[in-house]
Amino acid sequence: MKNRLAWFSAPYVLWMALFTVIPVIMVVVYAFTAVDLTTGAVHPTLDNFAQMGTYAVVFVRSFELALIATFICLLIGYPVSYLMAKEGPGFQRIAMVLIMLPMWVNFLLRTYAWMTILSNNGPLNQLFQALGIIDLGNLVNGGLNGLCAWLNGGAVELLNSLLGTDFALSTARPTDMTYFKMLYTQGAVVLGMVYNYLPFMILPIYSVIIKMDNSLLEAARDLGAGSSRVFRKVILPLSLPGVLSGVTMVFVPSVSTFAISKMLGGGTKLLLGDLIELQFLGGAYNPYLGSAISLVMMVIVVICMYVMNRFGEGEEQAVML
Amino acid sequence: MKKITALTLACILAMGLFLSGCAMDDPDNAGTSGSPDSSNSSGTSEGKRELNVCSWGEYIDLSLIDEFEEATGIKVNYQTTDSNETMYNLLKTTGGGFDVIVPSDYMISQLIEEGMLAEINYDNIPNFSLIDDRFKNLSYDPENKYTVPYTWGTLGIIYNTERVTEPVTSWDIMFDPAHAGDVLMIRNSRDAFGIALMSLGYSVNTTDEAQIREAYQKVVDANEAGVYQAFVMDEIFQNMEGGNAAVATYYAGDYLTMLESNESLAYAVPEEGSNWFVDAMCILKDAQNVSEAEEWINFLCSTEASLRNMDYIWYASPNTEALEMYPEWYEEQYGEPLDMELYEIMAAPQEVLDRCEAYLVLPAETRTFYNDLWTQLGT
Repeated sequence: MKNRLAWFSAPYVLWMALFTVIPVIMVVVYAFTAVDLTTGAVHPTLDNFAQMGTYAVVFVRSFELALIATFICLLIGYPVSYLMAKEGPGFQRIAMVLIMLPMWVNFLLRTYAWMTILSNNGPLNQLFQALGIIDLGNLVNGGLNGLCAWLNGGAVELLNSLLGTDFALSTARPTDMTYFKMLYTQGAVVLGMVYNYLPFMILPIYSVIIKMDNSLLEAARDLGAGSSRVFRKVILPLSLPGVLSGVTMVFVPSVSTFAISKMLGGGTKLLLGDLIELQFLGGAYNPYLGSAISLVMMVIVVICMYVMNRFGEGEEQAVML
Repeated sequence: MKKITALTLACILAMGLFLSGCAMDDPDNAGTSGSPDSSNSSGTSEGKRELNVCSWGEYIDLSLIDEFEEATGIKVNYQTTDSNETMYNLLKTTGGGFDVIVPSDYMISQLIEEGMLAEINYDNIPNFSLIDDRFKNLSYDPENKYTVPYTWGTLGIIYNTERVTEPVTSWDIMFDPAHAGDVLMIRNSRDAFGIALMSLGYSVNTTDEAQIREAYQKVVDANEAGVYQAFVMDEIFQNMEGGNAAVATYYAGDYLTMLESNESLAYAVPEEGSNWFVDAMCILKDAQNVSEAEEWINFLCSTEASLRNMDYIWYASPNTEALEMYPEWYEEQYGEPLDMELYEIMAAPQEVLDRCEAYLVLPAETRTFYNDLWTQLGT
């Protein structure tokens, strides 16, 4: 009986083999080969990895932005999921629709819309202009410049003469802004990541919290725990699996995205996804280097996930004890 | 309660569609929907003729496609990409499945060199005789066996006269910290490094690695000084039309399209010279639909199609009659005379072309060097 049922998984096994295992093997093969320019012959090499040092700064930048985006998603997502799980089914339905709604519109269209919204002459800047927020920004910058100049003349000079350093506070904050620069900044990229991947944080946390056994919470209260203690000692540890899968589902696509950074980041500072895309479909054709970068990224992500899951397991057990 | 939910939902959905609709109104996106996927199956079957074209965004009067389809019964799958390099990679990674492509001069040489283009039977393209001799037998195809010119023009500086008050005569403005955060650099290695090479006084076709590296360094320094708002290709339309940036480099024809939406834009071909390019229609060697491809190319070479294309995309046609007739034709269509200054931007006069240089194909080592530098640029 068991063996007969195993056949039902055949389509998936086939699918995995064709579209996951074989492509990964191809990436590995490409990563360890290069093409000779004069003869056109493909030969095994480690050169692709030797170049990796040049791109270390891109790796750092990508992981940094993805971590920030994941952290913000967690910060927004956890309270929302908690609130949703605690409210009645009517609220849950509406909230669920609102969370899922943006995903019914194509991902690229949503990001295009952000390009318009954030642009220098876009609706958001026009609103800020009309409300006087930009003038306020200029005023604050002017004030800060004045303050810094005053400090530079007094306290900082004294400090410098004491320590023999040459330190000065910036007095060059712009005071003639007509718009805030929002599009084509790293902040815009993080915004794009948070906006697009937030549902992937909320849904797993929500589904864990809503399935939590209420009798555990009652028991904790019976034993005299206050509500903040119930949350810290019972709800939080029990919701950790949801948090972990949410973090994974936000972090992994964030670290490898290229559409978001291309559209909202402007390409003056590349992310890993851009760098890889450049080697396959962008301006520089070198699938061997592209595969090597992908492979290194994959390995780092897998290590991160492994460490995090171990950390998660340990935490859970410690608290349970 | 359910009704309210449904209503809220509908409103938000409508709003979402509206917002995304605003950003998406450029016509080239209408062109991308045609997919080349279904091509290979039905290419030769009777009655159902198909043609797969790969071209640039905003690069054809879309009504010409409908007209061609109606007249011949050939279904045209029209796809767009944004640069020669992207198109080349598309051909390399997917095998393409295209019949007709419209690469620029230097990319054509490379494709010929790699044996990817088919020789064209000009007997089946009678309208080829209408093409001006200036655009035949050019360096990328010296015996003119593979190509039929489609458009030509110059690369130049597009700037917003409200924000740039000084006269623009030099490529230096593309590297000028005085316009920090207000400059859009072009997102392909040949043009971007070409601009730097020209501003340094070198040839755009140099193979001297020291010169290319110097040009690369110039772009890197400007990028690190925060001169560039972004590296863009067709996103430039949205940005320059909306006044989001002050200076950019792009193609003359696209400048004229932008001018229709923003009158304070101006165009200059710098004193140091610039690139002048020819984009030509080619048939790929592995094309499935050769006779359809010939019909298509012949159709687009006709004076009528050339005129309408010029009017729509603002790129000059190589068709002699169309070039001569255009000012007159314009007056007939719109009831007002064509601004000759604009006409000279579109179809640059000989004295401008004299200081411009065409891109020649670079040797493989130099191309790899370009690719490597381009990859390192954003790090």
